[in-house]
Formats: sequence, C-alpha cells, structure tokens
Amino acid sequence: MRVAVVRFPGSNCEPEACRAVERAGGEAFYVWHRDTALSGADAVILPGGFSYGDYLRSGAIARFSPVMDAIRRHAAAGAPVLGICNGFQILCEAGLLPGALVRNAGLKYLSRPVDVRIERVDTPFTNAYRAGQVIRIPIGHGDGRFVAPASLLDQLEAEGRVVLRYAGAPDADFPSNPNGSARDIAAICSAGGNVVGMMPHPERLAERVLGSDAGQGVFESLMRFSAAPVP
Amino acid sequence: MTWRVHIRILPRKGLLDPQGQAVEHALAALRFPEASNVHVGKAIALDVAAGSAADAEARVRTMCDQLLANPVTEDYEIEVDAGAPA
Repeated sequence: MRVAVVRFPGSNCEPEACRAVERAGGEAFYVWHRDTALSGADAVILPGGFSYGDYLRSGAIARFSPVMDAIRRHAAAGAPVLGICNGFQILCEAGLLPGALVRNAGLKYLSRPVDVRIERVDTPFTNAYRAGQVIRIPIGHGDGRFVAPASLLDQLEAEGRVVLRYAGAPDADFPSNPNGSARDIAAICSAGGNVVGMMPHPERLAERVLGSDAGQGVFESLMRFSAAPVP
Repeated sequence: MTWRVHIRILPRKGLLDPQGQAVEHALAALRFPEASNVHVGKAIALDVAAGSAADAEARVRTMCDQLLANPVTEDYEIEVDAGAPA
C-alpha cells in the first residue's frame, strides 16, 4: 500500500507517520501542499502541527491548499484518509468531516498521554484493535474540543461514527476527557467510514523502544484494510 | 467605490466560551463585579470595492460564510462604515 503524507507549512510528526507506515509494511512518501495530485497513493495522511500558524482558526487556511481538491476526490472515491490532530481540524474546516474543534475547555495547551476507547473497529485505521479496547497514546493540542450541534452529535452516535472516545479513569489531577469534547469524542469518521479524524497522535507512540507501540495499530489497520478492504 | 467594513466574530451563543469565562474571572479579581456575560472573539476590518454599502455587506457576508467565521462555532456581525466610502 502506498501512503501519501501531506506536508503543509507548519506540519509536524510527518516523519513519524512515514516511519509508522513503513514499519507496518507500507510505502510512505511526502506530498507537498501545493501539489495537485497524490501520485497514485492508496491512502492519505494529514499530519499534525500548526499549518499556516493556525491563523484565523486551526486548519482554516490549509483547507484552501491546492492538494485539498485531490484529497476531496480521493475521499469521495471511498479511499482511506486519516487526519491526525491538525489534520482532523483541516478535515473539519474542509467539510470532509462534520463539526469543529475549538479551544480546550481548560484553555491550556495539553501535551500528555490519554486513554481512549476504540469504539469502532471497521474503519481502515482501527480494524487491528478490539472493540472496547482502551489504548494510551499522546495528545498535543490547544484546540481539541470537538463541538457540533446536538442533532449532529445524535446522528454521529446513531450512525456509529464515533471512532475513539476519551476513557481515562477518573483522576483528581486530570480529567478523563482532557479538553471538554462533546460526548468525550476523540475521533470520528465520515458516513462511509473511510475518512477518519482523530485528535491523539498514534504515530508518536508506535514502537516499543518508546515505551509502548499502542499507536502502531492505526497503521497496521491500514495494511490489513489494503489486504482485505472492509466493505 | 471602496467601503470600510468591520466584522465582529463571537463564539456561538450557548457554546462554552472558556476564554470569556477566564476574562470574566480576571475582571472580578480586579474588582469589576459589574462585568458579566463576557465573550472573547475576534475583529476583522477590510476595504471592499462595491457599488453600494448593501453590496459590500452582501459580499462580506459570503466571505464570512466561506472563510472568516466557522458556521458551526461562531456568530458574526457586519458593519459598513456610514457616510463617504473609504
């Protein structure tokens, strides 16, 4: 499987994303945000970071990058697209995922591990996990509070489009829902399940030398999906 | 003609506004207990070439809907400077 990792001015962790893809057995390459084609990629990853300095709103300017038209077509064709952190914000601003990500309820930038529960396992990015499994992976964001109108939240729940939910044990020092996201949502997917946006960074904790490879399942899922696509 | 247009963007009513709350608490700490219902947003000012103030406002409304404000989380108000165009 060939995976394009899109670089915007201000992206981060794109080498980690490439490395995680390659360790899972895929081929990863960079696509510049001004490119207009995805060079035959089977899947696309929009990495984290602070594209365009988060000017106006996180992801608001990146949405107009030339590469986004190609990503729109790729998503419309049902092919896998993963937005991590700023990538999730960009997908929401671009209308490829519903809702929005706003300032953390506690106002602080949060950089720490969180526990998230895998709510949906038939996506290209979560099928290597068990339903209900709780994994600990890092977050690093200031604008991670997922919000949407109540009717849309109900629809997401009814359609099973919540992919990850914050699920830490209640902790006096740190709430299990770190940023105040509606319904503890940490990741959602499109109606077809092929576009997934998540605030945590699985690529930052994807090999044992780092203490855990809990995030590597996201990239292994993509390889399994490529071997036997989920209908 | 060129019109000077001011846009005020505020968090959607009913949406938790932690920045507004933090500023409200800071004002209370500075002994301004009369301040309440504080919200923090952003202001954008721009010149718009248009045939009339109404046209300028209509164009800016489209700009807000497509880029300047997030329709999920923000409300906005538009004001076109009265009198002679800028």
